[in-house]
Amino acid sequence: MLSIKLVPRPQPSKSMVYLSPLLAIGLMLVFGLIVFMFLGQNPVTAFHAFFIEPVNDLYGLGELLIKASPLALIALGLAVGFRANIWNIGAEGQLILGTIAAGGVALWFYESDSVFVLPLMFIAGALGGMAWAAIPAFLRTRFNTNEILVSLMLVYVAGMVLSWLIHGPWRDPDGFGFPQSRMFSDSALLPLIIEGTRAHAGIFITLLALIVTTIFFRWGLLAFQMRVAGLAPKAAGYAGFNSQYTVWIGLLAGGAAAGLAGASEAAGPFGQLDMAASVTGYGFAAIIVAFVGRLHPVGILFASLLMALLYLGGESAQVNLALPSAVSKVFQGLLLFFLLATDVLIHFRLQFGSSNAAARKAGAL
Amino acid sequence: MNTETLILILAATVAAAVPLIFAALGELVVEKSGVLNLGVEGMMIVGAISGFIVAHETGFLWLGVLAGAGAGVLMAFIFGIITLTLMANQVATGLALTIFGIGLSAFIGQNYSSVALDGLDKINLVGLSDLPIIGKLLFSYDPLVYLALLMFPLISWFLYRSRSGLILRALGESPASAHALGYSVIKIRYLAVLFGGAMAGIGGAYLSLAYTPLWSEGMTAGRGWIALALVVFATWRPGRVLLGAFLFGGMTIAQFHAQGLGIEIPAQFLTMLPYLATIVVLVLISRNANTIRLNAPASLGQAFHKEVH
Amino acid sequence: MKHTSVTGRIKGLLGTSLLAGALALAAGSAQAEDKLKIGFIYVSPIGDAGWTFQHDTGRKELEAAFGDKIEIKVLDTIPEGPEAERVTRELASSGHQIIFGTSFGYMNPMLKVAKTFPKVHFEHATGYKTAKNLGNYNARFYEGRYLAGIVAGAMTKSNKLGYVAAFPIPEVLQGINAYTRGAQSVNPDIEVNVVWVNSWFDPGREREAADTLLDQGADVVTHHTDSTAPVIAAEEKGKYAIAYHSDMSKYGAKAHLTSVTHHWGDYYKAIVQSALDGQWAAGSVWGGMKEGMVNIGAMNEAVPADVVAKVEAAKAAIIDGSLHPFAGPVVDQEGKEIVAAGANMSDADMSKMGFYVRGVNGKLPK
Repeated sequence: MLSIKLVPRPQPSKSMVYLSPLLAIGLMLVFGLIVFMFLGQNPVTAFHAFFIEPVNDLYGLGELLIKASPLALIALGLAVGFRANIWNIGAEGQLILGTIAAGGVALWFYESDSVFVLPLMFIAGALGGMAWAAIPAFLRTRFNTNEILVSLMLVYVAGMVLSWLIHGPWRDPDGFGFPQSRMFSDSALLPLIIEGTRAHAGIFITLLALIVTTIFFRWGLLAFQMRVAGLAPKAAGYAGFNSQYTVWIGLLAGGAAAGLAGASEAAGPFGQLDMAASVTGYGFAAIIVAFVGRLHPVGILFASLLMALLYLGGESAQVNLALPSAVSKVFQGLLLFFLLATDVLIHFRLQFGSSNAAARKAGAL
Repeated sequence: MNTETLILILAATVAAAVPLIFAALGELVVEKSGVLNLGVEGMMIVGAISGFIVAHETGFLWLGVLAGAGAGVLMAFIFGIITLTLMANQVATGLALTIFGIGLSAFIGQNYSSVALDGLDKINLVGLSDLPIIGKLLFSYDPLVYLALLMFPLISWFLYRSRSGLILRALGESPASAHALGYSVIKIRYLAVLFGGAMAGIGGAYLSLAYTPLWSEGMTAGRGWIALALVVFATWRPGRVLLGAFLFGGMTIAQFHAQGLGIEIPAQFLTMLPYLATIVVLVLISRNANTIRLNAPASLGQAFHKEVH
Repeated sequence: MKHTSVTGRIKGLLGTSLLAGALALAAGSAQAEDKLKIGFIYVSPIGDAGWTFQHDTGRKELEAAFGDKIEIKVLDTIPEGPEAERVTRELASSGHQIIFGTSFGYMNPMLKVAKTFPKVHFEHATGYKTAKNLGNYNARFYEGRYLAGIVAGAMTKSNKLGYVAAFPIPEVLQGINAYTRGAQSVNPDIEVNVVWVNSWFDPGREREAADTLLDQGADVVTHHTDSTAPVIAAEEKGKYAIAYHSDMSKYGAKAHLTSVTHHWGDYYKAIVQSALDGQWAAGSVWGGMKEGMVNIGAMNEAVPADVVAKVEAAKAAIIDGSLHPFAGPVVDQEGKEIVAAGANMSDADMSKMGFYVRGVNGKLPK
């Protein structure tokens, strides 16, 4: 009888670490092909509309960058924690807090045209995100509370805080009661870096984070210690490394990155606070990006571009093919499914047939 | 406020709690087996649209409920393949399941937005609904409400009184020992995960077939996440899940009544209460090793392979 | 924000050596000369009833009237904020000459895009900002609310009316107050209870709000939210409901007394005609019953003939200008006179409305 068995590899497969994301993307494309054919779309036209059309001009490339930027930034921050088995899945809430903190600065200095407003917004954003991430960090280190559940719960609390602010104290006084803040003044808006696009200077922060995390992961002793602490807390303890640091750093890195991304959204594409800022979904999507990117800075960079393309592709599919834009969420989900599914190949290999079982029996006799 | 109004508030609270009861009791069984499925919201919403489409196309509401359960099972099966057979990370897979479910439901439901459907009727058993007070409080619901309430004793009995329930719990505590005793960890976990999917699917179908008989994108509105919070809030006990569901489900209704009485609490603070309450409970049970061991399944969220653990 | 010229744009394209894209763009604009390309952006799926459905009905009238002189692209479920800006821009840059955006949250995004596409006509519904090439349009929903109030005031037995409301903004308050005044015109003992759900569209919460109002003794509910849930709730409890946006009788045949509806077809036709004639200019339109933008829908047969006659008379009076829903004296909850007898509330004052009239219970959330 033919069967497929998963057999543990003695050593994790190096090549599979890099191959499995490609395999996952390939599978997603094949699946997409089947879906498009099933929907009666010409697959070539459909793929063109989905993956080429959105980025075939400068403006589209700019959009790709501003969509990918927060995804990459947050994923880089999350990777610091994920590598050490710290599961911060509340980046969405930390992003909202970053938006709120940065927006608060922009509204406070509404009259000011100082060049310090923007830097202050980003500092406030990072602190806001870190403050939100500090809650699960504190509860985990002090009370041993599961950070997955706490960080997740706080996402919804953050959304409600934003909602309360824009319905109440921060509502635009000249806005006829509509629930949104004033438009920020120019001093609180990020400059555009490519004319004719919306690509803004927030992208530089992502690039900076890319360099910092690369150095940190590659050469940082701390990153190594955190990794050990994550995999084997006892061993790290014997080596004199306090595993509580791991929790704090892992969560705060994600919080700071998400907060910066929130500030960047507020000072970039939004330019004001409104409810749309609480449903960007970047914080959740960044978790997919971190995984697809293998928790590696370069991988995350490519994964964020792919995810951004999926978003834009969904809109383009609606414009050009009259497909609902929700199709992009389907693709995102599928991509992660396939990636997680192919991950197994790193630690296991497939074995076909029943020879192994027979051999083992023979050995036992 | 008179007794009659109070009765009506309680009745509305029971109805609002039903989707939470289904989804949370299902997730409870899943987590008891040691699996953490964060995809409840995704399974619910796919259950809601599948139930609605089938009920609308066939005209049989009960077929819709079955379809909701079936769709939940299919979603849970995807989760099972990836986390149980292929041993991938449960947190990431659960999130992917939610993102996928929200997208998929919007995709297949695009032609069903605000289409009219006659919802599940309330049942009036031999005129019981007309009894004063008790009639309104106990006998004024549609059948799914009773099914939800029935699931509580069934699941309690299963978990704490049946042999299979004992095995399931043992496995959630220590899959390795259960395996050593000759039980198939993967098979039992599959069954638990699929059951959780069916329950989430029915919870979603209740929304689109009974509570507000219509389909709209994102109509589960975060109830899947509340259900997840609820399981933790209830410290993995079915009875407390039931109580918590009334508490969380009744929160909005209480807030609306408070508005009528002129009590001013910003709606946002009431809406965030379930999440905050859950965090508080988590802190209370986690602060010492004994209480967490007594409450949370020890192997929650960890993958299992019989040759490596 | 800088204006981008067409040549600058093409240079940019060539700069990234995407010649094919530039050619496609050129081909696209050549085609656009034949037909007037029009874009519609909706915030929710079109569905069978509701806000977006009414706008889409207007869009269909447009197609019927102009046939192959125009070409319409409809994009639904576009979130407010930066996504809306990208989509609006995409329509503008692909040769669409008129772009209608039908949700409040599109206002700032459309304003930004309008600056970069000075030749494209932008039309935004329900906002308050305009620009040289951004017009806004809205309907005097409160006129229909007043008529609906007459029906509710005549049909209630408990003298308690329920109102499910989204956000305390002037447009919603105009509706609540006009409804109350309409009801008072036939039944001075009326009380109106309001429940704020803080959402434009959330069937679960809307249902719970309607249940709450019905449980508090209201026997007619209406809503200023977007789903059909309040009508469904009233039908289940054997009470009455008055629908908003569209006729919703198929969601509750017994409960559904009538509906306050809005109609955009005539406005859309006028805009497109003016664009075809080269006469389009950004305006600020607030149309009512007279312009056919607001109406009261079909009546349930449970509504007696004399009530229907009263509604018809009031409708005629609103159209000829002899009746204004906010004709003085208008008195707020504390008894303060807002509008003196003999005067009508001005449009400017109405657009800032921030109070409940006497007869509405509860405190207005601030």
